[in-house]
Amino acid sequence: MTAATVRLTVNGAAREGRCEPRKLLVDFLREDLGLTGTHVGCEHGICGACTVLINGDAARSCLMLAVQADGAEITTVEGLMRDGRLHPLQEAFREHHGLQCGFCTPGMLLTALDLLRTNPSPSEQEVREGISAVLCRCTGYHGIVKAVRAAAVTLAPSR
Amino acid sequence: MSDRWIGKSVKRVEDFRLLTGRGTYIDDHPPIGNIHHAAIVRSRHPHARILGYDVSKARAAEGVVGVITGDDVARETKPFAVGVTTPVHYYCAATDKVRFVGEPVAVVVARDRYLAEDAAELVDVEYEPLPAVVDPEKALQPDAPVLHDKVGTNLAGHRRLVYGDPERAFREADVVLRERFRFPKYGSTPIETYGIIARWEPDGICTVWSNFMGPFIMHPLTARVLGLPENKLRFIVPTDIGGSFGIKSSIYPYIALIALAAKHAGVPVKWIEDRREHLLASSSGTDRVAYRELAAKRDGTVVGMRFKWLDNVGGYIRSPEPGCSFRPTGNFVGPYAFQHLEVDASVVMTNKSLTGPNRGYACGHLYFETEGMMDRLADELGLDPIEIRRRNLIAPEQMPYRTPTGGYYDSGDYPAALDKAVQVADYADLRRQQARARANGRWFGIGVALAVDPSVSNMGYVATALDPEFRAKPEYLPKSGAVDAATVKIDPLGRVTTILGTTPQGQGHQTVVAQIVADELGLTPDDITVVDEMDTFTRIWSISSGTYSSRFGSVGTSAVALAARKLRAKLVDYAAHLMERPAADLEFRDGAVRPRSGKGPSYSVKDLAGRAHWNTESLPDGMEPGLQATAVFGFGVSRAVDAEDRVNSSNTYGFIAEIMAVEVDRRTAAITILKYVTVHDAGTIINPMIAEGQIYGGALHGLGGALYEELKYDDDGQFLTGTFMDYLVPTATEAPAEIEIAHIVSPSPLTPLGSKGLGESSSMTVPAVIANAVSDALRPLGIRITELPMTPSNLWEMIRQAGDRGAEPRASRAGHPRPEPDSRHSLQ
Repeated sequence: MTAATVRLTVNGAAREGRCEPRKLLVDFLREDLGLTGTHVGCEHGICGACTVLINGDAARSCLMLAVQADGAEITTVEGLMRDGRLHPLQEAFREHHGLQCGFCTPGMLLTALDLLRTNPSPSEQEVREGISAVLCRCTGYHGIVKAVRAAAVTLAPSR
Repeated sequence: MSDRWIGKSVKRVEDFRLLTGRGTYIDDHPPIGNIHHAAIVRSRHPHARILGYDVSKARAAEGVVGVITGDDVARETKPFAVGVTTPVHYYCAATDKVRFVGEPVAVVVARDRYLAEDAAELVDVEYEPLPAVVDPEKALQPDAPVLHDKVGTNLAGHRRLVYGDPERAFREADVVLRERFRFPKYGSTPIETYGIIARWEPDGICTVWSNFMGPFIMHPLTARVLGLPENKLRFIVPTDIGGSFGIKSSIYPYIALIALAAKHAGVPVKWIEDRREHLLASSSGTDRVAYRELAAKRDGTVVGMRFKWLDNVGGYIRSPEPGCSFRPTGNFVGPYAFQHLEVDASVVMTNKSLTGPNRGYACGHLYFETEGMMDRLADELGLDPIEIRRRNLIAPEQMPYRTPTGGYYDSGDYPAALDKAVQVADYADLRRQQARARANGRWFGIGVALAVDPSVSNMGYVATALDPEFRAKPEYLPKSGAVDAATVKIDPLGRVTTILGTTPQGQGHQTVVAQIVADELGLTPDDITVVDEMDTFTRIWSISSGTYSSRFGSVGTSAVALAARKLRAKLVDYAAHLMERPAADLEFRDGAVRPRSGKGPSYSVKDLAGRAHWNTESLPDGMEPGLQATAVFGFGVSRAVDAEDRVNSSNTYGFIAEIMAVEVDRRTAAITILKYVTVHDAGTIINPMIAEGQIYGGALHGLGGALYEELKYDDDGQFLTGTFMDYLVPTATEAPAEIEIAHIVSPSPLTPLGSKGLGESSSMTVPAVIANAVSDALRPLGIRITELPMTPSNLWEMIRQAGDRGAEPRASRAGHPRPEPDSRHSLQ
């Protein structure tokens, strides 16, 4: 198969790579760009571990081809820290034990960011529905729900 | 020590890397030169004879460097040793027949995974399909298809265990109750699937990186299969594993398969399981049919029980099965004081995927049945479910307690824990709420479940599967033990590194170890670097080593504490030499060696480290240079199974008491949890935040198994739940909004810190407590839950049948008309 060139912006930096048109975006991020923070959990769009932000919206990088993301702006978990400091949402996950094995965490963080962008002060039920797009098998979601709600409070004044 | 770190919810050191996408899971493993990728060809038949393979097209495909089939497996590997004496030949891939859908039949190795999958589709396998059987009872019928010709039956093993005099207990009982239960096949489906990288070194060593939880017994088993001495097979486990819950203990057959593929292809080979493969063919708990009998006196005292089990281990019995039957041997009686028990355990092979440890290994099954029987006894005698349990609990003054099956309960106060649950749940008020709800026609129920929570399996339990006559043979080697090791060392500037070889899957070992060592050496957790990676070539390990069976909180932490104490004693001896004082006059306090009383110089850890490393002349005669100590901790209570089939199958035993209130929706049969209280006694809690994280997670696993999750097959053996759209994992909206957790603390006398494991926790009680609560809710209909999962469609069918029997009381008068047939149908 002929390789195609994919140019995109990842975490604010211009990146380029060549891959087959059939290559999944998640594989391109992990293998071609070395961004292994995005994880593969099911490859059929249910578990949500591979969620990234594409032009600001949460999307499954396992259900999309890299060539489809040509020209897009992508945020992965590696792009959340600023100036060597954790993003308030990351900080809240640490504070409230919102992760154990950490495998779903990148997808969970980006899904929660998308939720807080569209609904800055969600109720507990809204948080649960918002993050129901990502499966976690370690935490029973307890710490995650607490963390997202706490982050909503922290992030509120800055908006 | 002025301020202790043990007992504090110290934030996890693991979190920074995991939150920033810099964990090192198996799939992130740094590139290895010339690495190639495997795709596994799997059976689409539940049961078929393999007539031949044609791999010519696959070999010729782009990028392919190797293909192996069952022929290579049969020629070049041995079958895995199994835990029974029946001649089950279990290879790392199918050789003569396939026995379940998804069984590996060939492996293709290619330049990348995409090409490997392309070529895998070109492998032709010729099959002669055979009739299949998936039900364990049908599999034992005389006309059932037989999976293993050499075995001649589908019974992989059978044991009848007798403790006390159950015959007499049942004969003399006032009350005898009987029930049949079914427990479903489910697995905890970690979000990270299996992953392996195998590379053969020029000197004949095979190095395997994988997200395995061992090495434990599987390392020697795999070495034997590959025909390697153990010191030529190197297992390395990366720092981070994306969850396991027991499931990843069953990765080892794939280690042999990928190692063989790498040998044939002549390149390092990587295989990352995909989700469909995981659901098809990784591992799960067994589905079980259980026949239970309970004998009691009229005052509610249970005098004996009978368990008759058919455990379905799938197409082959894979070690450590039949742990499905025998893992809880020491705690078969749970928290109850009865002395007479008969266990009739059949381990059955059918055309389903293989089984193994899954969170709560066999205890979810055990307590679902036992606690269901306790409720039936309460009903029979007109007693409250709390009261019936109180009358049968082992008393705190009986601790440590030897169970009739050989268990040695190290500590506990079961009545106090139950009282605490009653108090936290405000049980009396729940009953009042229930009375009001029932008066309004609502289906409101309250459930209770108790469990002895066993941690740190004693390897000796596996031999319970063998006949005592077999175990008595001179050539039989008895088995026992539960061991972990740790090393603590101090560098020349006084900083501490702790090295261990456990394989955490999210339990925060680095954090907990730093807390323990900080306390023992008077430092802060930040001063301690914890290196926690298994490498069988460099770590000290033994046959039981690994992170499974809730081991770390009990045996791993003990090794760490003992190593730190050894090192502390050395510091005191060294300082005594420097001060020219007897060591007995000195003590280690607040990070320094100081006189026990009076004034005098003190030596800090940093000071002693500098002197010891930079000037060995300053050491006393005979003292080993350097500042390091290694401890290997094992339990004296781990003994081999005795001639009467008694075995202390675990080493520390915690306790769980749970109360749950639910409402079943009259229109949809959906279950809502109104209150859920769980009380745990795991001895000393080192990090409450981490401990409670395990409880929240364990509870949701139990809930998943009770309500949603089932690996389903049709009657012909076709697999029906191959995606996360069919296999329903609870999301945040299904998780209980609130879980009220309380602890009581009965320190273990067997561990230096008094801690016990609690990693499996409520996964073993939730199926019981919610089944009992739903049974109580549906009491007006005369429905008792005997099967899981309680999906809305399953519940609806039961409710409909109860309605047909005329048991449903005045539904329309209560203002809740029964659904029309159409809406009922849509729920199926």
